[in-house]
Amino acid sequence: MNKTISEINEKIRSGNAVVVTAEEMVTVVKKSGAEEAAEKVDVVTTGTFGPMCSSGAFLNLGHPRPKMKMQKVFLNGVEAYAGLAAVDIYIGATQVAEDDPLNREKPGSFTYGGGHLLEDLVRKNKIHLEATAYGTDCYPSKYYEAEITLDDIPEAVMVNPRNAYQNYNCAVNTSEKTVYTYMGILKGNLGNANFCSAGQLSPLLNDPFFRTIGIGTRIFLGGAEGYVTWQGTQHKPGVERNSKGFPLQPGGTLMVTGNLKEMSPEWVKGVSMTGYGPSLMVGIGVPIPVLDEEIAAFCGVSDSELSCPVVDYSNDYPNSTGRVLGSVTYEELKSGTVKISDLEVPTGSLSSYYKALEIADILKKQILKGRFFLGEPQKYLPDGRGSR
Amino acid sequence: MKTKKIVLHFPRKCVNQPIVYRLIRDFNLRFNILKAKILPDEEGLMVMELSGDEEEFDKGVKYLSDAGVTLEPLSKDIKRDEEKCTHCGACIVICPTEALYAEGSERKIIFDSDKCIACELCISACPTRAMVLDF
Repeated sequence: MNKTISEINEKIRSGNAVVVTAEEMVTVVKKSGAEEAAEKVDVVTTGTFGPMCSSGAFLNLGHPRPKMKMQKVFLNGVEAYAGLAAVDIYIGATQVAEDDPLNREKPGSFTYGGGHLLEDLVRKNKIHLEATAYGTDCYPSKYYEAEITLDDIPEAVMVNPRNAYQNYNCAVNTSEKTVYTYMGILKGNLGNANFCSAGQLSPLLNDPFFRTIGIGTRIFLGGAEGYVTWQGTQHKPGVERNSKGFPLQPGGTLMVTGNLKEMSPEWVKGVSMTGYGPSLMVGIGVPIPVLDEEIAAFCGVSDSELSCPVVDYSNDYPNSTGRVLGSVTYEELKSGTVKISDLEVPTGSLSSYYKALEIADILKKQILKGRFFLGEPQKYLPDGRGSR
Repeated sequence: MKTKKIVLHFPRKCVNQPIVYRLIRDFNLRFNILKAKILPDEEGLMVMELSGDEEEFDKGVKYLSDAGVTLEPLSKDIKRDEEKCTHCGACIVICPTEALYAEGSERKIIFDSDKCIACELCISACPTRAMVLDF
């Protein structure tokens, strides 16, 4: 029995929709099979909460008097991109503070940067704004300084060019020295293996060919309602997949947008990756309409069937050698140790499964209460099968 | 019986002397070194848990200060800012004593402060800097 998104939305409206999290769906499919699961379940909610460097927000700061075409803008000492119309700027998550000692004494701590600024904005904390300009006839002001909060500025829109990576590398270090990466601190001689995916709960792993996710899909973004606005940058649907269709490599990505003013600091968190730089942890949840048996089967995927490549971040990653040390499943990664080159390597993670579960659960409750409806994609994302 | 976690600062002139050895021999104190850092031509630092008979303990402490070692109690403790912790799990492979670990299938990250030796490694490993030194 096939369903449409509007039929499911009708069920949500009447309070009859059956919604489960992607974790619960594993058991449903195991017990009843995909065919029955497709009949029983209408929506599967997913979630992920991890550092996503390609994140940021457009802000419209409003004009001082006289008006100003802001040329350089600093917010709490973090420079924003101002090469747009007069008072429009973009804050990038990995922008470092102007006075940061960086990696001069390695590893740098990167206590404050774009990610922290975004969190401070969402927290409605006071932000120090400093802007300079060369002055024009229509925009004469050359200097402006103020304390602002998110409530004071006209608009703030989160636009993240690449979030919710479908799958990701498991990072290790085969050199003798510790390396400091965006995948965390990696101890030498395969001291640890760090992964960064919610695995079976990850949005794009539950819909590996983007059959339901496209431009216009309504999502949970940073605690607010957001939308998929495009495929993310580096969206690579054509990567190698296993026999069931799940990508064995990073694969697809999403570009997402939402109103920063409606977000919550619990789901927009500035982070400092030692030796690497600042970034932002973003909470994302995507509801997947169970339109048919195939989608039900995809959503029933468990950590034991999903694997990722083990990559050496001391040499192969920085030098793009393409070498992969092996492949490990998320079940193995979550067990605490994985076997790499005959060594038992302890595993750490950058992505919070605990918080991802919370997101999937929040989304489930919102749908059950009839407060969240599924967005109808206007265009689907490239799926790597040449069908789009 | 007295047990205390203390921080010892060794000035340069003390670095080559068997000070800790004398603590054991002369005052019958037990110790557990939590952290030690003594570099040539530099001041040394040692964090230890010291225990023994109360009278001997105080004598030992007096011996240390007479020898030029500065002492301070390790009032420093590592605390977790629960609001900042995202339960990501970046700390669990960095913690040498398994005071930080992922629990169960939901992977909630637990901080067992009893196992913590205040080595401070988790501080820089934590992306949100939720692990803090508590003075």
